[in-house]
This record gives sequence, C-alpha cells and structure tokens, in this order.
Amino acid sequence: MIRGKPDEDDYWNSSKFKAFTFDDEDDDFTRLKESKRAVNSIRSLVEEEDEEDDVEKVSWSGEPVGRKAKTGSFQSFSESFGDPSIRNYAPELRKPKSEYKDYVSDWTPEETVKRMQQGKVYSLEKFRSLQDKLLLLDEAVNAHDGNVITAVLIYLKKSLSKEILFRELITREIALRHYIHYLKEIGEQKLLVELFKSMDRTEDMALMQYRDHLNVRDENKKRDFLKNCLSFPFSPDDATHVQDHYTLLERQIIIEANDKQVESSGQADIFKKYPRKASILNMPIITTLYYSCFYHYGESDGTFSSPANIRKTFRISDKQFLLTCLGARAKLKAWFDVDALFTTKNWLGYTKKRSPIGFHRIVDILQKNNAPVQVLQDYVNLVEDVEQKISLAQKYKCHDVIINTYRDLKDRQQLIVYRGKVERGSSEYRKIEEILSNSQLRWKN
Amino acid sequence: MSAHLSYGRVNLNILREAARKELREFLDKCAGSKAIVWDEYLTGPFGLIAQYSLLKEHEVEKMFTLKGGRLPAADVKNIIFFVRPRLELMDIIAENISEKNGRPPQMLSPRDFHILFVPRRSMLCEQRLKEQGVLGSFINIDEYILDLIPYDGDLLSMESEGAFRECYLESDQTSLYHTAKGLMTLQALYGTIPQIFGKGECARHVANMMLRMKREFAGSQTQILPVFDSLLLLDRNIDLLTPLATQLTYEGLIDEVYGITNGYAKLPPEKFAAQKKQGEVGKDLPTEPKKMQLNSAEELYAEIRDKNFNAIGAALSKKAKIISAAFEERHNAKTVGEIKQFVSQLPHMQAARSSLANHTSIAELIKDITTSEAFFDNLTVEQEFMTGVDTDKVNTYIEDCIAQKDPLIKILRLVCMQSVCNNGLKQKILDYYKREILQTYGYEHMLTLNNLEKTGLLKPQTSTRNNYPTIRKTLKLWMEDANEQNPNDISYVYSGYAPLSIRLTQVLARPGWRSIEEVLKMLPGPHFEERQQLPAGLHKKRQQGENRTTLVFFLGGVTYAEVAALRFLSQMEDGGTEYIIATTKLINGTSWIKSLMDRPEAP
Repeated sequence: MIRGKPDEDDYWNSSKFKAFTFDDEDDDFTRLKESKRAVNSIRSLVEEEDEEDDVEKVSWSGEPVGRKAKTGSFQSFSESFGDPSIRNYAPELRKPKSEYKDYVSDWTPEETVKRMQQGKVYSLEKFRSLQDKLLLLDEAVNAHDGNVITAVLIYLKKSLSKEILFRELITREIALRHYIHYLKEIGEQKLLVELFKSMDRTEDMALMQYRDHLNVRDENKKRDFLKNCLSFPFSPDDATHVQDHYTLLERQIIIEANDKQVESSGQADIFKKYPRKASILNMPIITTLYYSCFYHYGESDGTFSSPANIRKTFRISDKQFLLTCLGARAKLKAWFDVDALFTTKNWLGYTKKRSPIGFHRIVDILQKNNAPVQVLQDYVNLVEDVEQKISLAQKYKCHDVIINTYRDLKDRQQLIVYRGKVERGSSEYRKIEEILSNSQLRWKN
Repeated sequence: MSAHLSYGRVNLNILREAARKELREFLDKCAGSKAIVWDEYLTGPFGLIAQYSLLKEHEVEKMFTLKGGRLPAADVKNIIFFVRPRLELMDIIAENISEKNGRPPQMLSPRDFHILFVPRRSMLCEQRLKEQGVLGSFINIDEYILDLIPYDGDLLSMESEGAFRECYLESDQTSLYHTAKGLMTLQALYGTIPQIFGKGECARHVANMMLRMKREFAGSQTQILPVFDSLLLLDRNIDLLTPLATQLTYEGLIDEVYGITNGYAKLPPEKFAAQKKQGEVGKDLPTEPKKMQLNSAEELYAEIRDKNFNAIGAALSKKAKIISAAFEERHNAKTVGEIKQFVSQLPHMQAARSSLANHTSIAELIKDITTSEAFFDNLTVEQEFMTGVDTDKVNTYIEDCIAQKDPLIKILRLVCMQSVCNNGLKQKILDYYKREILQTYGYEHMLTLNNLEKTGLLKPQTSTRNNYPTIRKTLKLWMEDANEQNPNDISYVYSGYAPLSIRLTQVLARPGWRSIEEVLKMLPGPHFEERQQLPAGLHKKRQQGENRTTLVFFLGGVTYAEVAALRFLSQMEDGGTEYIIATTKLINGTSWIKSLMDRPEAP
C-alpha cells in the first residue's frame, strides 16, 4: 500500500488532477459536469437556482456527497446532525470555501470514511497524493459499504489518470468490482473495455458484452450484435457457444421468413394441417430441431432447415437427435418414420432395431404421443429386461407381448392367471386357450 | 398483529417497536397530509413492520404503486416515495414528477416531494435524479434502515434477496455492512453479545465490522443486561449443499411448492373454495390465489410447521379429534354457567376449526405432489448424491429430465448438488451437462452457468481429492434411520440428511469446534471466536439449568428446514441452548438458483 517515490512521480506527471479547476476541454465534459454536480449535491441543494454554467466554478473542496446524517436506531450513538431539513441549510455549508477547508482538513482516511457512512460533512479533496488516495480507498473497502466505496472511486476517477487507477485496482478486487459496477451503471462502455483489457480479464469483458444481447429485441439487430461478439476474447468453450448461438439465430431468421411465406401462400399441406403456433426465432437449438423434424422432415442434407444439416452443424448427440426426432414424428403419427429411426441394416441385408436409449423410454415417449397398441407392442417387445417388458406390456395392455413372453418362458401358471384377466371370448383369450392346449409345449410348471 | 413476536425466548417485539417508532418519526417530519408511492417490492417487508392503520394515524391518505407516467391525482400536501436504491426506479420517479419542471418556479407548489430510501440512500441514485433534473424537487431525502425485520418469534430476516449474489458473485459486500449495522441495533436493544463465533470469509468481515463499530461507539455503552449469550455467524458458502436439497418439513414443502414471500404463501384457490360461502355451490370458482399468512400467531401452524411432512397426517387427525371433542362438549353443558363458558370459548374453537380446515387443504395439495412419481424420482437422486452414490458419473435421471425439458432450475439444482457432493465434476462430465443444458434451454444460459461456476456451486474437479465423504462421515450428515414421526435428530428435516450448517451449530454448543478442526479446515474461510467486553455489573449470572441463548446468523440465506432443525435443537430437553435465527433472506433451492441467473432486464 505504501508506495515509493517512482509512484509519486507518476502521480505528479500523469495525474489528471488539477487542483480546484476542471479541464473544460475534456472530451467527456458533460460527464465530468454530471459527476461533479453529483459530488457537489449538497451545495446545489442549497443553491438550487444555480445555472448550469455556474457549476464549473464549483470546486471539489469540502462538498460532501451525502447530505444528511442518518436518523434512527443509531442516532443515540452518533452525534447526529439533527433534523435533515435544518441540516440541509446548515450554516457551515455556507461558509467561504477557505474557512470550510480548514474545518475539514485534518480528518484521517478512517475518520473521513466514518463521516461518510454517518452522512456527515466530509471532504475528499485533501487526499492529494496517490498514497493518501489509496489509503482512503482501502479504508472505504474495509468498511464494506458500497455507497462509500463508490463515492471514493468517483473521486479517484476524476483525480487520477486512468492508467494509474487501473493499475491500483488490479490488487483491489472489491474496489474493482464496485468500479466496474459503477461504469456499467453510468454506461461508460468504452472505459470499461479498456479497464478489462488492462486487467487482463478479457473473458469477463467478453461475457459482459455478450450479456447485452439479452436487451436487443429486434432479431436482425440481435444477429448482428452476436456476429460482432464473435471477435471477443471468450474462453474456447464459450467461444463455441457464442458461435453456435449466432449461427442458430441466423438460420432461424432464414427459416422463419421462408416458412412464414410458405404458410401464408398455402402451398404446403403440413402448414395447413398443423398451423405454426409460434415463431421459431430465439428458440433453443433442440426446439429448432424439433420444428425441423416436424415441418422439414425428409429435406435433403443441403438445406439449412433439414434435420440432418442442423444435427451436423450443431453437433447434436445421437441421443438428443433421436429423442427429438422421435417426439416430432410421433406427434405427427408418422409411425413409418419412427420405425425407420431404429432400423439398421447389416452388410448381409438383415434389418435390426437399435437405439442409443433404452426401449422402455421409447415406449414411454410413444405412449405419451398416443401411439396405437400395434405400434407400441413392437417396441415393448424390444425391451430386454423381461420383468420390465411385462410390466410395460401390462401398463399399456399389449396382450400379445405378455402372452408370447409367458409362452417363451414356459410359464403355464402365469398364463393361466393372465387368462383370468382378459375378457372371455376375446381374441387374447382364444390365443391363450390355444397355447395352453398345445401339447407340443413343455411347460416348466 | 404482533403478539407472537413476544412469546419467544427473546422478545422480538421490541425490535419491531423500534422500527415502527422510526417510521412514525419520519412520517411526522413531513407535516400535513400525505400520499405514499410504493416501490412494490417493499410493501411485503413493510407489512411485517406496520399496517395501514399506523400510516393512516400519521396522515397518510393515499397509497400508490410506483409506475411510469404521471402521478395519480391526490389532494395531499406531501408525496413520499418509498423506494429501494435502484437506478431504474429513479428513472420512474423522474418521469412521475418531471412535468412539474414545466411549471414556472414561482407558482405555488401544492405538493412537497420526499424520498425515503430503504434500506439506505445511494449516491448513484441521487446522481441519477440529478441527471434527470429532478433532485432539486425533493424537500427531503432520507433513508429508512430496515436491516433486521422480525419475521417470527425466533426469526429475523433482512429480506435482502440479492445478498448471496452480491457477496459471492459480485464481491459487493454492502449487505455485510448492513448486517453488522443490524447487529449493532440488536445489541443496542438487547445488550452486548459477549461471545462471537464464526465460520467463513463474510462472517469474519461482519465480526470485524462489529468490533470496530463497538470501538467507535465506546462512549455510549448500553447498560442493558445481555439477552444473548453468543452469536454464531455462518457463511452460506460453507454449506452449499443444504439449500439445494428438497426440504421435507411441512413449512419447507409449502415454500418449495408454492413459495413463501414475506411470511405469506399464495395457494391455488380450488381447495379453499367450499369454506367461503356454502350457499353458492360451485357457482364461480375463485380464480385469485388464496393468500395466507403463515406464522406462529396461528397455534396449529406453530405446532406442525416444523414436522416432517410424513408426520403431518397424524398430527392433523389428532387435532381434528381434539376439536370435535371440544365441540361435543356442548352436549354436556347443562347449567347456564356451563353454557356461558362454552359460548365464551366458541370464537377460539371456530378459529381452530378453520385453521384445521385450511391446513388439511394445504396438506392435501402437497400430498398430491409428494406422492407423485416425479417427486419420488427426484428425491431418490438427491439422496443418492448426498450419500455419495455414483456422483462421478453422468446421471441418467438428470439426462432424462433435460430431454423432457423439465424446468431449468430443477436441472441446475441437481447438477449443482452432484458437483457439491463430488467436490467438483470431472471436466468431461461437466462439459457434457453444460452442452445438454445450452442446447436444450438456450445458449444465453452460458451466463448463468458461468455465475454458478464463479460461486463454486458448479466446478470442475481439481486434483485435490473429494473430501465430501469425510465431511459427511465426521459430521454424521447422513442418518440411515431418520425417525420422521418422533425425531431424535435434526436429520428428520430432510428425511435422512442432517444439514451441515446446523450440525456445525450443534457441535459448537457441545462438545465445541475443537473436536472437528479437521473438517472445519476443509470448509472455506476462517473459523474464529471473539469476545466482547461487558460493562461491569452486566455479567449474567446463569441459574443452574438455565439455557444459553445463541443467535445464529446465516449470511446469504437460510432454508425453512434449517430453521426447523434449529427449533428442534432448542426444544431438546437436555439441549442446553435456545436459538434465535437471523438471516439475509429465507431461501430455497429454487429462489436461490434464480437469484444467480442472468435474465433479460425488463424492457
């Protein structure tokens, strides 16, 4: 904290501090004025008639940030200033500047911070050397009072060159966070970016800027905003995500425009039969894939809207792809498509059903989409675990599966029990009768 | 309205009265008739302090909700804005009164404007008002320090939703400063607390500030016999696990399912329809949710809220029998005197009956949920994680939930829980979860995932070994045979899991933290003990068998289940310690994760 000579020199050479006057040529003139006025708020409250131009003459000296001492539970502890309405016009504040300065000049950083917290008159102006300013800042941070930390930071922002302030903030995490928050609140994006760069916190900066896309409503502007984000220094993982986010929105805009037109022209049956409920813009990628499987199934890989293209571009896992596709095709009752999803051919030309997820889950999904028993039982049959197969078959009333399974297990007892559960004379019933009377079967019980 | 605050070990009504006094003083400062424009968020916390009647007594004639546009017409002398120090609210205020700027300054000003910042004024806000050119329109800018609000007879809350996010994500420790101030207020009213214990970075900061403030006010020592024997400050981040678990006490479940805000729950109205008017049968079902105040002022609620939900059915039916029996008494009332006595008890009995009806309805609503397959599956996975089963693999249940697009917060709760119970996830597993989440819920959630990583709720495993099993075993965080009906251990509140935070509290009371030094070192932040000098003559002489009173302060939030566990410890016959609980905010896993999410700001 205690710094040697070189820093002091730094300060005198590069500090923006020009005692008691402001550099009117400053680019950020208006900003200065605002901040200055804020810091001088007590004064302007007294002299509310002040014209804007008068503000330039106001010095830093002795103008407190807070106007009043707090009232309330601590009144008994602090020698409170009394009623705020009186306090606002307290005679001390109208004293000539020189006198006023004497009055406040002896306070240590600790006392000053304490006074700030208590809302009493204080002055930051007397902290002139870099070392003093930093002591003041550290004291404010020690007090953990965000309001006071911010007030001190505003003073340092005005009175130190940004290079020096940034350098000092590197080792002061809490003060830094407050400074970032402050710059965000007052919208000093450019300075903020400089700050992050000098701190070597480019990833934080990138994320922070990316966050702003949430506030962009127009999709084309949002797309352009995201495109602009691509050049930011994200971590490798996040960079991929942002790239995907951009690509997705870009595609959604194209698909949306196209489908809207097709739908309104009445050219495609699918849109007539199942009118779109909402726009696909800003939906997650899985939702977009579902949409694609619903409206654009069977399109060639080359089109932006085809499921295969989306799957490849966004590196969607086999599981996710299958589940999404299954959901969409089942919703449309396209059982043939569902079947094709699981069918694989080996080199001899035999077909086999395979799935990266257990078939019991597939059954659940199909059932939720009101698949008929004929479809369901095919998949129940594919469940490997016998107990699970039977319980699913019972749940969804796939009689054939149950009967065949018991037959294969040579479990006569269970088959007899099940006969009692089905309707007498029904086809299931007859099937069980037939099996039970088959003398070729060797029952285990 | 507030009698229940004074029944406890410590009369918290004193604190409420102090807050009311301050409010009255502020209102009286603005002489004449007034209208209050409310930042809607504040009405809840204020409701715990004062009713409209108090405001009315002090010439508050109208109340409005703060919103854009012009102020509604009100024939009053003063307009007072009650607001949190937020920049966006300043813009609305400016919009409200800026038409005033159009009028020549010489014109008679019919109204005086005031701002009351809650809990503190902010220099940034005043700066914003200044920029908007309206700062000068305010006669009075003041602050109302609503630090610790009495929430119930043994419970104080700062109702500060953002405290965890601010402290652990944004490194803004202003809420710790408020905490320290709140504790100073408490000490001014209830005497200096002689012993301070703590665990965690934030706890250390708060203790330091308290000691420092005490030095600064050294001249004005309170001459009050200390009510509290000790204070325990606990950081939420020493126990990230507990809030992630589903609470299984009655009150905890009401909070999990419907949410309790400022002591009120909003419940689906259907179940409560019949009691209202029996005449109109099903004519029009109420569509407004039923708002119910939940605190110990209601006898039955105080009795059952901390029970495990599985014990609620029995408790309610027992109560029903008692009430029926009481009503049956009327047949035995023969003499005029007996009838008179019966009648005098009627209002109380009727209140008890309607309370019973309400809670039976709530319990039914919750039972529908707890008996569902989804609830059971979720709980099973939570318990697997807490007992350390397969925490180092991708969990298929979580995968399935993502595939079904279950609410994102549910997913995040589970993934974070797995991470915490495994002391971080293997990079491959973490990446897998992240990808699935972003693809299913949207890429913008990478901001939220980043926040969770920064607070340590989600993290990649580093080379250090997983020390969660050691912590679990040493602190007995998992009890195999938790007794839900007649509990003998705090683990009943999560049906097996004993909240880490409360175990630490329990061990501190007996046998002391020295016995668990190893575990304490595994948890983040320092642990410490401080003593505060008492003025001569204020040393408490404890009667034999008299319990100690400890204030436990949770920095960053506490769950209702944890509160229940502390109440259980207070009631233990040979416990020796009674607990008063304070926190920045009552939280549950959902509200907590939500506070860490990044969402689009309101347009």
